[in-house]
Amino acid sequence: MDSVKHKLIKFRNSKAFTPLLALIFLFIFNFFYIDGFFQIEIKDGRLFGYLIDILNRGAPLMIIAIGMTLVIATEGIDLSVGAVVAIAGAVAASLIGGEMQITPAGEIVYETVTTVPVAVLAALVVAAVFGMWNGFLVSSLKIPAIVATLILMVAGRGVAQLITKGQIITIYYEPYFVIGQGYLLGIPVAIFIVAAVLLIVGLLMRKTALGLFIESIGSNDVASRYIGIKEKQIKFIVYIFSAICAAIAGLIITSNVKAADANNAGLWMELDAILSVVMGGNSLQGGKFSIVSSVIGALVVQTLTTTVYAAGITPEVNLVIKGFVVLIIVILKSDIFKEKLNLLVQRGDRV
Amino acid sequence: MAAAEPIIKMAKIEKSFPGVKALQQVDFELAAGEIHGLMGENGAGKSTLIKVLTGVYKADSGQIFLDGRPIRIKSPEHAQKIGISTVYQEVNLCPNLSVAENIFIGREPIKNGRIDWKKIKNEAETVLDKFDLKIDVDRKLSFYSVAVQQMVAIARALIISAKVIILDEPTASLDTDETNKLFEVMRQLKSEGIAIIYITHFLNNVYEITDRITILRNGELIDTCLTESLPRIELISKMIGKDLEQIKEMENYSKNIGENNKVLLKAEGLASKGNIEAFDLELKEGEVLGLAGLLGAGRTEMVELLFGLNKADQGRIIIDGKEVKLNSPKDAVDYKIALCPENRKEAGLIGNLSVRENIILALQVTRGWFRKLSQARQLEIAQKYIDLINIKTPDTEQLVKNLSGGNQQKVVLARWLAINPDLLILDEPTKGIDIGTKADIQKLVLELASGEGMSVVFISSEIEEVTRISQRVVVLCDRAKIAELTGSEINQKEIMYRIAGGEA
Amino acid sequence: MINKILSTKNLSLKITITLFVVSFLICSLIYPGFFSWQNFFNLFIDNSFLLITAIGMTFVILTGGIDLSVGSVIAFVSMVIAFLLQQGLNAFIVIPLGVMIGGCFGAIMGLIIQKFKVQPFIVTLAGMFLIRGLSFLISVESISIKDPIFNRIANYHIPIAGGAISVNVVLSLVVLALGMYLAHFTKFGRTVYAIGGDEESAQLMGLKVGRTKVLVYTLNGLCSGLAGVAFSLYMLSGYGLHAEGLEMDSIASVVIGGTLLTGGSGFVFGTLFGVLIQGLIQTVIMFQGTLSSWWTKIFVGILLFVFIVLQKVISNMKTTKNEFNN
Repeated sequence: MDSVKHKLIKFRNSKAFTPLLALIFLFIFNFFYIDGFFQIEIKDGRLFGYLIDILNRGAPLMIIAIGMTLVIATEGIDLSVGAVVAIAGAVAASLIGGEMQITPAGEIVYETVTTVPVAVLAALVVAAVFGMWNGFLVSSLKIPAIVATLILMVAGRGVAQLITKGQIITIYYEPYFVIGQGYLLGIPVAIFIVAAVLLIVGLLMRKTALGLFIESIGSNDVASRYIGIKEKQIKFIVYIFSAICAAIAGLIITSNVKAADANNAGLWMELDAILSVVMGGNSLQGGKFSIVSSVIGALVVQTLTTTVYAAGITPEVNLVIKGFVVLIIVILKSDIFKEKLNLLVQRGDRV
Repeated sequence: MAAAEPIIKMAKIEKSFPGVKALQQVDFELAAGEIHGLMGENGAGKSTLIKVLTGVYKADSGQIFLDGRPIRIKSPEHAQKIGISTVYQEVNLCPNLSVAENIFIGREPIKNGRIDWKKIKNEAETVLDKFDLKIDVDRKLSFYSVAVQQMVAIARALIISAKVIILDEPTASLDTDETNKLFEVMRQLKSEGIAIIYITHFLNNVYEITDRITILRNGELIDTCLTESLPRIELISKMIGKDLEQIKEMENYSKNIGENNKVLLKAEGLASKGNIEAFDLELKEGEVLGLAGLLGAGRTEMVELLFGLNKADQGRIIIDGKEVKLNSPKDAVDYKIALCPENRKEAGLIGNLSVRENIILALQVTRGWFRKLSQARQLEIAQKYIDLINIKTPDTEQLVKNLSGGNQQKVVLARWLAINPDLLILDEPTKGIDIGTKADIQKLVLELASGEGMSVVFISSEIEEVTRISQRVVVLCDRAKIAELTGSEINQKEIMYRIAGGEA
Repeated sequence: MINKILSTKNLSLKITITLFVVSFLICSLIYPGFFSWQNFFNLFIDNSFLLITAIGMTFVILTGGIDLSVGSVIAFVSMVIAFLLQQGLNAFIVIPLGVMIGGCFGAIMGLIIQKFKVQPFIVTLAGMFLIRGLSFLISVESISIKDPIFNRIANYHIPIAGGAISVNVVLSLVVLALGMYLAHFTKFGRTVYAIGGDEESAQLMGLKVGRTKVLVYTLNGLCSGLAGVAFSLYMLSGYGLHAEGLEMDSIASVVIGGTLLTGGSGFVFGTLFGVLIQGLIQTVIMFQGTLSSWWTKIFVGILLFVFIVLQKVISNMKTTKNEFNN
């Protein structure tokens, strides 16, 4: 009995509580206002439905949010993820290239320049290099993270356009579509990718001391240095990791839309990712973090989007809602607000 | 001396913070044209008193009189307006603005709707001329040394037409020449009838420049005396709170333990320019070495060299007979050296992590990030130290920032005990800690040395504490090692005589 | 002499101006027809809205803050103007209204930043979302402006030196002059610098830090509002997707113009050259013909990097030069 209560209290205080509450609230709303929101159908051995759709479409955001969580945990920020999404997509698409050809027999044949693994690997490596760039600026040159990553945010899209030569590269090579459109055991492959990233990062953070060191740096980097933690090295790593996450998201997106659009791929993604992390109860001041609650935060953001679409409201309303939500969360979480609230409570007690 | 009405009179000032009585019934008087030293160890209430006077804090009770009239000082801005200006040790000016602008900002002369830059420049030069300081006032403040910056801050105070100038540790980062220059300026101001409150830890400076000295201890006024009639030894005993009689009566403990023990670490001619002059030091296994000296005497600077936080520019460190280079704390930790820093909050605690995580962090660092301690092992270690040194916390998962100061200190201590160091350096481990915890920590230190054979360096501003637990005491003064005491020499009286420069 | 030129004072600004002049001359040599007054004026005509908003941004960055919402504010203002004109409101009412709207957004964000002590980047990031979304609430489509008065203002050209400039250019230059006056000759401006240098000290020196910070964001809002008007005059339409990414161009202008991103140092005048250099890059790419438009972004990114590192180097030079000059 006691342990159940204890567990409940523990859950109440966990970071995942608020985003889960928001998610449940949205679900209840959708249950009443969107027909068949909870319905999951099986067509051709594949699962369909709003819930699957949210998971599937939210995959890129969830992955980026995982990377962003680690960066924010070190008291940093990565504004360049949207640009890296575009770059990775551009690299992969231009390597896959491919053309549709019709053989004399009337058969349609797709050709590719390189194989999928090569293209994927190349995209990840290129992204990692850009991540090193960010990491170098932040950890070695000690440039504030907002500024350092702003550079790549500005120039990154230009680089992506350079790779695609300003065109939208259409991909015809079918095996590549597996990443963003494929199904495995009836479930979209993208969901498996999220699960894999989550699992790997989760293991890395909880089964090694990396997570603890990151939290230590984010909470107090001077004291961390006094203990002997190599704070420079770890900061460098998280930016690389964030870029790789963005690249994976970029691969999913290009595969999903069968094209690399340097202008629009990953647009506003950095904002959504930051929103997800903040919504997940993680502090922008760094320190303790939870990737799971960031992922839930990303799901909330995606559910919001899906809800707006499904309800037939202008999708742009999304922006207003997101902006508003961020402002409210940030104000509610500010120390000043908490202080004032405490004062009010105390006054109430006295009365 | 100033028989007339004092320019400032503070009567029965009380100020409490949650859990601390920072000031209790403190009276303070300042006469025009006097330089008044304000002395006391950390936590004595000097800065609280100043902050009340300058409107940063509001006193809980008591009154302030300016020229005999009661006044309420609402804010630093208001204090400046009525002629009370403060010059802080970490010069509170804007480094990015020019010298001239720093003197005038907030009260710039306006001509034709524009700031009159010409006038600002001329007047800034005039006022600095008074200090015999001929510098380019158009240059950014950050271009100049701290000494110049302090003069600029004083000039700013003068332009505001200050009647009272408060100098908070102005000489802490100045060399002798710069200090002399500052004193000249102070004497000049004094001759113009300006009253100066001078806060410092440097005894020589106090005796050189002040007319009167007020001593605070634990938030209480101890005494205000004329400088010339207050012997140094008496000043020190008033500051640290032990009567001379009491000191004489104090018995000596046996100080012979560890005499023949093996040498663990040896420092030869170690020095860092501007921080600590060259010193030799020998640390033996199973021995507690006390570092005594007033704040700013170079105690922290000395141990920073031993922990790789600062690089020595001369001398060498020898551990177990081999010369080693300590370039970072990580290097020191690898040699099993541990340091509990003085500023616990900034450099010790990881506030947002739990007690458990804080305790196991150092051990985890020595294991590297890949071999993580299992959750069960972490809990076991945390619990072991919570029990061993009696850390009062609801559970292992409590965030460290929610513990009391004493228990926070124990957590930092536990963190290092967990790596079982050969050398444990404790910088003011008992500062701002309740009596009970203090005794706990002292006892623990003695046990660690005699029982575990650990070598401990113990820094404290409380000389009594140092004498109680050290087998050897190094005395520091003005950033240099001035004496090493052993056996029966280790008593408060002797240490105070040494700090006072052998003068009584 | 060489020492004086290379002195660190204003070094970043000197480099920017030199860079602009030299690049303009080199381009004039390479591309026939490049060097003309009109081509020079075009730099101003095509970037006047950027200049206006970048001047507001200069103040924000001087305090050590940042405002990511300016592009959205411009889009929203263009939308409001286009919508209200479509409804038949008089242009002389609509234009000041547009400016005021910008000011209100700025003031609200400034108040949140100051009162709740939240990092400016997150507040303005949220503002960026929210305000762009609001403009879509008016209409998802682009609304073209057919109001005759507005069109006349937009098409009015002031002949000068064999070429002509638009009303926007005059507007932006007036803002520039006002900005320079505010920054260098008023107590408000100097407080802005003081805050950027050391906020805590500024407070202890008795300066009105809180009020100034809110005013700075309000001022930037007003500038963005005015830039929205200029943008409407330039495009003759209102659209929620207008001025996308302009906040980055604006920040880049300020930094390239020699203002320290961490605050406390810089010149409003420098921002003009930050804008002109970006304009020049675009013009060159247009003249060159074979270079594609995305090179603009890459060049701006490279410039941004170079100038940020330059700032680091310069500030390091200064700290090592501490001497006791007697």
